[in-house]
Amino acid sequence: MAVTGIILVLFLILHMLGNLKIFTGETSFDHYAHWLREIGTPLLPSTWYLWIQRTVLVVAVLAHITSATVLAMRARAARPVPYAHRKKIHVNYAARTMRWGGVIILLFVIYHILDLTTGHLNPQGDPANPYGNVVADFAPERWYVTLFYVLAVVTIGFHLRHGAFSAFRSLGQQTPQGERRARTAALVFAVVLTAGYLVVPFAVLTGLVA
Amino acid sequence: MNLTLRIWRQKGPEDKGQMVTYQVPDVSPDMSFLEMLDVLNERLILEGEEPVAFDHDCREGICGMCSLMINGEAHGPQRGTTACQLHMRQFSDGDTIDIEPWRARAFPVVKDLVVNRSAFDKIIEAGGYITAPTGSAPEAHSAPVAKANADAAFESAACIGCGACVAACPNGSGMLFTAAKITQLSLLPQGQPERYTRVIGMVDAHDEAGFGGCTNIGECAAACPKGIPLNTIGRLNRDFLKATTKRAGTPGS
Repeated sequence: MAVTGIILVLFLILHMLGNLKIFTGETSFDHYAHWLREIGTPLLPSTWYLWIQRTVLVVAVLAHITSATVLAMRARAARPVPYAHRKKIHVNYAARTMRWGGVIILLFVIYHILDLTTGHLNPQGDPANPYGNVVADFAPERWYVTLFYVLAVVTIGFHLRHGAFSAFRSLGQQTPQGERRARTAALVFAVVLTAGYLVVPFAVLTGLVA
Repeated sequence: MNLTLRIWRQKGPEDKGQMVTYQVPDVSPDMSFLEMLDVLNERLILEGEEPVAFDHDCREGICGMCSLMINGEAHGPQRGTTACQLHMRQFSDGDTIDIEPWRARAFPVVKDLVVNRSAFDKIIEAGGYITAPTGSAPEAHSAPVAKANADAAFESAACIGCGACVAACPNGSGMLFTAAKITQLSLLPQGQPERYTRVIGMVDAHDEAGFGGCTNIGECAAACPKGIPLNTIGRLNRDFLKATTKRAGTPGS
């Protein structure tokens, strides 16, 4: 979980930084999107780097889901008779929503790829003009799309809040002081990433990016 | 005070079991929780009914026998306290209290509130021995131990093996127990020779017994009557990662 999670988190950071390029203007953003297809040239043919990265990400996602499924099935098998009365002492919303949160995130990622990568669900869907696709996507009259994005990104934020701490712990974080630091770092990271992702649809919604 | 108890009654391992309601009047707030159950049992015996079976031994919070899920909380509402040290003053007149056994596949119910915790013994057995000379007491300063390590090892050694961590864990994982039993040795010089074979053996025994996997939620440490901290599991994880990179057999053999 930790290792595949870290690969996905590294991608999330790069993806957020790329998204924020939308504030540098249409030409710059479209040029960036085009450049993504040319990374590694002339050593690699065009779009090869992108496909290598996509392969790594798909493998990481599948391994992440597999580990999560194994853990969920073990947990279910470990308590065949449920409690009649159950109380949570340690309130940890993020940790307790990892499994269903993960399912929501997966559905969102599928929608997101069909929307802004392949363009099938995008009102504009022009591969040469990603800036225009984003602006059309988060237009005020398509508020339900923006709402879905916001909910999904917040879910990712919760997933990261527990996931980042849990990765530190799984990889051997072992002191009480380190635990406090790891929890703080995970919280700050989750908030920054959530804000970084949400700022783009809200910028389109408010007309800052048009 | 007058209480309504809803207690899990199960005649034997094969019985299906159900929650049964009992009224217990005139409970003194100074009684311990187990004394309150004793009062109920004496009445049940007088009435010719089968008394409620529950585990108990020292009744001073150090043997780890008591194992009651009280109102959905392992060992009841008071933190850092075993069920035997819980007093009725924690409850109010007219309360309904649900009492259930630990629920885990690795802890099958023997009868009523008694569960078989020999899965924990299997984990301890898998840990094996330490190669420290026994016999006369060694010179106290011959094996120096850093204060921080001694304190952390002592913290782990406080584990009484009651199983509250498993009972409280949403995953049914026994990782806090396993981690405590591993780190009480791995932090001390006497525990070093078998340090890495021990962690592999105990984690394997833990998984084999049918406990769930740890997802770092933290319910176990909150429920632990001995206050074993959650970071103990981090120490186990680090030892486990190191152990998987070592390919040698038992050191010293």
